[in-house]
Amino acid sequence: MSDDSPFVVEMKKITKKFPGLTANDNVDFHLRKGEIHALLGENGAGKSTLMNILAGLYEPNSGEIYVKGQQVRFRSPRDAIKAGIGMIHQHFMLVPTQTVTENILLGLDEPKFIMNLSKYDEIIRQLGIENNLIVDPTAYIWQLSVGEQQRVEILKMLYRGCDILIMDEPTAVLAPQEIDVLFNTLRSMTEKGKSIIFISHKLNEILEIADRVTVLRRGKVTAADMPIEGVTKEELASLMVGREVIFNIDKSACHAGEPVLIVENVYAENDKGLPALKGVSLQVCAGEIVGIAGVAGNGQRELAEVIAGLRKIQSGSIRSKDLDLTKVPIKKAIEEGIAYIPEDRHHVGTAPNLSVVDNLIMKNYDQCPISKGIGMDEGAARAYAESLKDEYDIIVPSIDTPVRLLSGGNLQRVILARELSNMKSLLIAVQPTRGLDVGAIEGIQRMLLKQRESGGGVLLISEELEELVSLSDRIYVMYEGQIMGEVHDGDIRKIGLMMTGTRLEDIPEEKTEVTEGEKA
Amino acid sequence: MEIFQILASALAGGTILLFGMLGGIFTERSGVMNLAIEGYMLLGATIGYKVAAQTGNPWVGLLAGILAAAVLGVLHAFICVTLKADQVVSGLAINFVGTGVSMVLGANLSNLIGKVNLLPTITFPALSNGSAVSEALYILTKQNVLVYIGLIMIPIANWYLFKTRPGMHLRAIGENPEAADSMGVSVNKLRYLYTILGAALAGLGGVSISVAIYPGWFSELTTNGKGWICVGLVIFSQWQPIRGAMGAYFFGLLSRVILNLKIPETLFGGIKNPFFANPNLTFFLEMIPYLFTLIVMIIGANEARRKRIGAPAALGQPYSRGQRGK
Repeated sequence: MSDDSPFVVEMKKITKKFPGLTANDNVDFHLRKGEIHALLGENGAGKSTLMNILAGLYEPNSGEIYVKGQQVRFRSPRDAIKAGIGMIHQHFMLVPTQTVTENILLGLDEPKFIMNLSKYDEIIRQLGIENNLIVDPTAYIWQLSVGEQQRVEILKMLYRGCDILIMDEPTAVLAPQEIDVLFNTLRSMTEKGKSIIFISHKLNEILEIADRVTVLRRGKVTAADMPIEGVTKEELASLMVGREVIFNIDKSACHAGEPVLIVENVYAENDKGLPALKGVSLQVCAGEIVGIAGVAGNGQRELAEVIAGLRKIQSGSIRSKDLDLTKVPIKKAIEEGIAYIPEDRHHVGTAPNLSVVDNLIMKNYDQCPISKGIGMDEGAARAYAESLKDEYDIIVPSIDTPVRLLSGGNLQRVILARELSNMKSLLIAVQPTRGLDVGAIEGIQRMLLKQRESGGGVLLISEELEELVSLSDRIYVMYEGQIMGEVHDGDIRKIGLMMTGTRLEDIPEEKTEVTEGEKA
Repeated sequence: MEIFQILASALAGGTILLFGMLGGIFTERSGVMNLAIEGYMLLGATIGYKVAAQTGNPWVGLLAGILAAAVLGVLHAFICVTLKADQVVSGLAINFVGTGVSMVLGANLSNLIGKVNLLPTITFPALSNGSAVSEALYILTKQNVLVYIGLIMIPIANWYLFKTRPGMHLRAIGENPEAADSMGVSVNKLRYLYTILGAALAGLGGVSISVAIYPGWFSELTTNGKGWICVGLVIFSQWQPIRGAMGAYFFGLLSRVILNLKIPETLFGGIKNPFFANPNLTFFLEMIPYLFTLIVMIIGANEARRKRIGAPAALGQPYSRGQRGK
């Protein structure tokens, strides 16, 4: 991308304050025509705030915005779209029970009253072909894969004439192969003169796709408008975090022992009453971390819930040593030392309005020394909470603070402290590091490894492939409620193919693939 | 000919339920629970009858009844949309308001029975002097004007909901208000509109009782729980007007058949009618529609099943920008 391309977006000295927090502090941001500009930063660095300002969702406290040379003030997303700026949010804004076309036409003045859907279906099909975004306009959103839904979101903005697209962590929900497709699409769109802002905290992706990068840390710019050529991953990381980051996790060799969890041929339904698990079998042994990979919504959550006893199974068996987890009450499983870190920290993992103490003693309030007959020894409870607070580095003003006031990282430490201190053999961890900053992630990953070294079995369910590969000794890949296969060497290519529905035994070896290609 | 008499009155009885049910569908499609149908109906019936009696013009009464229910709908919308209060509790409270106001305003109306001008009945006299077929058609088509309005309304409602732009917006705000909002659809404004429209339709249902199909005012027995049957019908309809209309007419038939079972001394040519012999048993017969409502409500109460039968995903959830359900 040449330096002399004109600016299509200039944001100057943008400041946005929220109560008790300056999300953006004098931020400058420039976007050139036809480039992919990455906006990098940790969670809470102010990336989304800045882009929400550009997309018309927030108004800045001060600063100026110029679009194609004209100063603008957006009061709503509608104004921004009129100026040609469309934002594709991380959570798709689609109506599942309506068709692709209906979703794209939503909120427009045209058609006026009567929907002539077939006419618009054709227009949208053409628009899709032109932009390399193939999706069936007559399909209902609920029938589409996540990658296809993302295409609908992009089409929605293109249909409205947007030529500046803001993509908020677009790869977070995609499998590796879908990411490749998306990147190809983005490249072909910039060739046609569209400009793209790519919000991410994944360094490898930025190095692969972006022309330039702007890095934010704690609301301030640490690298402005930097060409991506010649930049290393380590440089980007230290710009983002403000210190050196060690990427490799030291891990001792695996000493797997007796199985601590045996899941056999389990079938279960999801909340909608549709089959979510279709014959899942797996094993976790003492002293190993077993990962479950998969695109969100392929049954991972349900799997964690059936093992934790929160969801009924229809058939199959789940055993931990001599305990039948499908039959025993959850109370018994807790006593046996099965720990569970749920996906939803706020509602399942903690009781938000109760204090840190109450949340910490939730699993052993009825045991000595906290329990005294029908009463509770408050002194003992507080002493216990204080000791956990120190041991797990929970930073709170007081142990009487309601946990809803805690930051994500501290909240997660409260859950970990409670679970790990009662854990004996098995830990089920669902997305334990999601939404946390790099420092907190490191700490939590270390805790998981410590459990493994002390002979516990860990079942780790995560959507962060890098994390899974670096932590796990073995990885099962789930797709549509089934296990596609098991990977021992962390081969990303194989995992990616399985995440999109290919069984391990059907994956051709890389070499044979090449020779077949040569033959053809 | 008796069978046609039964069908004709089934059509008439079903029309009342049809209006209330359509009101329920429109309100709930927008994401606002509508449990207040009984209250709207009774208020519509009372005000409609009262104004018709005072002005001598049933059409003015019709308008007044619809308006009165709509005003009550504004209250429900204010509580649910602006104040974001619990929509079930608001619905129940609105029922009490509707009933209470009706009892007060309707104090002397029961004396007027037979003295109030009613909405006209449409007949086709040309059919009455011919064969058995045309005789049957004559009986079937001898209906109050509102029955015809109801019949026309079914395809219009369905078309509006599924084939027009405002209908698409209505479905969107009940399924994913955030998506609609992000595309510039004003969710809360539309929720007001459809809550009030739903109330107005239920009010029309009320007027169709007192000034048309079962004329008169009999305190809370005027509606006699028909609004609650509508609430059940909305769930049974899976929020689709045509399915709901079939349900409404089926109920009209059911209540008419029950009437037929109560009166004769013998049934099916010779069997002694237990309901004639022991009138107390008829209470069980009359219970059937309400029992059905109860069953439908129980089935619809389960969240998982609600989703499967197609309840609007955001039903019962107030919407405010920038607040995902954390």
